[in-house]
Amino acid sequence: MSSLNRRAFLASAAGAGMLPFLRVLPAHAQARDTLVTVFGQTINSLDLHRVGTNRASYQVAINCYDRLVGFGAKQLPSGEMSYDYDEIVPELAESWTISEDGLTITFRLKPNATFWDGSKVTAEDVKWSLDRAVSAGGFPTTQMAAGGFFRPDQFEVVDAETINVKLDYPSKLALPNLAVPVPFIINSTVAKAHATEADPWAMEYLHTTPAGSGAYKVARWEAGQQLVYERNDDWIGGTLPAIQRVIVREVPSAATRRALVERGDVQVSFDIPDRDASELADRLTVHSTPVENCIHALCLNSKFAPFQDADVRKAVAYATPYEAIFEAAAYGRGAKLWGGEDEISDTAWPRAFPYDTNLDLAREHMARSGFADGFDVTLSISLDLVSWMEPAALLIQEAMARIGINVTVDRIPGANWRTVALVEKTLDMHLENFGGWLNTPCYYFFWAYQKDRLFNSSAYDNPLVHELTEKTLHMAMDDPEYAPLIKQMFEIVIEDLPRIPLYQPALNVAMNGADGYEFWFHRQLDVRPLTGAGA
Amino acid sequence: MATRWLPILWRLVQTIPVVIGVVIISFVLTRALPGDPAVQFAGQMATAESIEQVRVALGLDKSLPQQFLIYCKALLQGDLGQSIATGRPVLTDLATRLPASLELTLTALILSCLIAIPLGVLAAVRQGSWIDHLCRVLVTAGVSLPTFFTGILLIYVFYYLLGWAPSPLGRLDFIYFDPPRVTGFFLIDAALDGDLRTFTGAAKQLALPAITLALFTLAPIARMTRAAMLTALSSDYIRTARAAGLPPRKVLFGYALRNALLPVVTTLGMVFSFVLGANVLVEKVFAWPGIGSYAVEALVQSDYAAVQGFVLAMALLFVLINLIIDLSYTLIDPRIGFSSK
Repeated sequence: MSSLNRRAFLASAAGAGMLPFLRVLPAHAQARDTLVTVFGQTINSLDLHRVGTNRASYQVAINCYDRLVGFGAKQLPSGEMSYDYDEIVPELAESWTISEDGLTITFRLKPNATFWDGSKVTAEDVKWSLDRAVSAGGFPTTQMAAGGFFRPDQFEVVDAETINVKLDYPSKLALPNLAVPVPFIINSTVAKAHATEADPWAMEYLHTTPAGSGAYKVARWEAGQQLVYERNDDWIGGTLPAIQRVIVREVPSAATRRALVERGDVQVSFDIPDRDASELADRLTVHSTPVENCIHALCLNSKFAPFQDADVRKAVAYATPYEAIFEAAAYGRGAKLWGGEDEISDTAWPRAFPYDTNLDLAREHMARSGFADGFDVTLSISLDLVSWMEPAALLIQEAMARIGINVTVDRIPGANWRTVALVEKTLDMHLENFGGWLNTPCYYFFWAYQKDRLFNSSAYDNPLVHELTEKTLHMAMDDPEYAPLIKQMFEIVIEDLPRIPLYQPALNVAMNGADGYEFWFHRQLDVRPLTGAGA
Repeated sequence: MATRWLPILWRLVQTIPVVIGVVIISFVLTRALPGDPAVQFAGQMATAESIEQVRVALGLDKSLPQQFLIYCKALLQGDLGQSIATGRPVLTDLATRLPASLELTLTALILSCLIAIPLGVLAAVRQGSWIDHLCRVLVTAGVSLPTFFTGILLIYVFYYLLGWAPSPLGRLDFIYFDPPRVTGFFLIDAALDGDLRTFTGAAKQLALPAITLALFTLAPIARMTRAAMLTALSSDYIRTARAAGLPPRKVLFGYALRNALLPVVTTLGMVFSFVLGANVLVEKVFAWPGIGSYAVEALVQSDYAAVQGFVLAMALLFVLINLIIDLSYTLIDPRIGFSSK
């Protein structure tokens, strides 16, 4: 055997981690300190704040940068590991205090926190980075606003190791929003050295050259091909990762990815299709975690006359073949969101709506509506998401024909989808997949049920829901008023049905020779907790 | 000597209006496509304000004529613009991706010619024999099997089942460094560097995708060779040559094949330009960082500069290939001259 055998190499020596990248790496010995992961997306930037940075690139902000705080980990009832929205843990901050009025959060930085270049992490760096997040425009600024951060003057340096974050109003979303990928802390000395008048936030430089304090550094980045993470042995943000080097390869074809992980040439195949997940489940370790606060929904646009009739909407909800969709579109991966209890006893979200496939009830509602003779409607789906939308749409089409609704399926190119579905909101009937990062029902309502919000693609407009969402959004979840208000919101949207939940999708990860996977709301691979296994 | 170069120069001058046309059309077409880059690049969570901020940042708030002038001005300075999706100059992207595609396409075409031309010749010479049937079967199979299917099948057999092929992970496995860049062709660069290991590594990675593409391009070339050979063999000059008692080898290769090559070369040029843009599926299956998948990604994301850059690069390449083909005509058949056209 030549020394080119990858598996032998990957199962390679304790010492291999210390080796630089050789032309050809030698193959020897036991413990695994290099992992290879593949996924189908492409990393297009190493700087999350840049305009045009795609979702897949958020993983660099997660793995290479620290935030002030992070989320803890917990075990889900299914046995899977997941991040814990309810537990905020220190990352660069050692401790924090929230003022009596809830308007000031004071962070103490870890005194031994250093960037990769050895310089100390100071409150100035934190301020510069948070200023950048609220000023960059586009997505980072919008996400910061969700936590109540709008202007640079909200971040106040007290001394080198202390920073105050001031809020205009108290909000339960403020602290968790500092733990999402966006407000990452940058080495401002390095960044400023590369800033220009036209580019005050050094977007050009950080786009290709991260400067942080995180658990991993970027050893190599070949756009469109691969990213190589190299462990930062001086990391103080958490427990030092077990893996020395993680190689992230971009492989567009799902069939190829499957062959690679089955053969064991790669250890982690991230975000695999539901079908592969169900087929590989007996052979490999497959993690399928229902994505928190995410719902695959059938949306009924309020601008379309028949859907203004409450009976029509209920008829659609009763006619929808939930079980068949869940099996055909999700291969049974994820969580069911139909056939729930009539009574709302908790504030769990996503929750099963109290509708189930019942054609008699559907026909009854249809007969009672102003459209008893049926009508024609176009059901739009995105070409980028055909893997689940196509089977779901065809099953819905078939089912609706039984109650006299003649459905035509229209496939819209991905480039156009966001414009027509989310911005213009002109699709009469369509499928949608919004998921909120911050795991509270009111946050989902804010994006998907409040008037004019991006993901309210049904153009739903209910003043009471709007007001209740405003009221609950920043209210503490243990406030005695919170649960009753949330339940009231649930009742209204269950009755009004602008969005009919189909199921809660799963994020699937196949592993062959690796362990320690944790699910994260951002749906990117956090490589920090990974370990080698079974090698 | 100068008189020989003059026609070539003239040909090049003639392409200028074509290129100008391509620039205008690609600009207008990308804008006419549905899809709004500002919405696309405003990211996951967006508000009306953040979409507007992005629009201004991308310069898309300006009027179309203004945008066109800015684009042309940059183009004249050799700047194809900045791809929003990759965040790099389009020229850099093309420079890394075009050689990957060219290397794959050229290897596939050479492979395909090596098989298709002898096969076509033999099929024509022994018309109706088993080799003629073999040719027909190969041609039908090559055309009817879509490349992504052949690709996945080859991966399944040679990588998954037999383990002969390396992991289908693009141009080089991750244990190698890219060879020092000279031409961008890994095989040539590694050879120039004298690095045998990287060379074999790159060749191994190249094998399966090249075979996949070769199977696909085999058909038109073999068909064309066979047809052209048949025409040539039944022509008067071959009969005369045979009657004059020339050795069969001389008749076949010296006269028949040489005359039959003209349409084959034409087909080759067409197949080449077609495959270069159309091997997206092969690129996806083998994670090949080529220009086809780059263009498709750019199109899906309404990344205007990247799409325009791609179209322009392909147009220039097409012009160049046509020129080379015309030149090769004069070599194959001295009766064809540039000046006469």
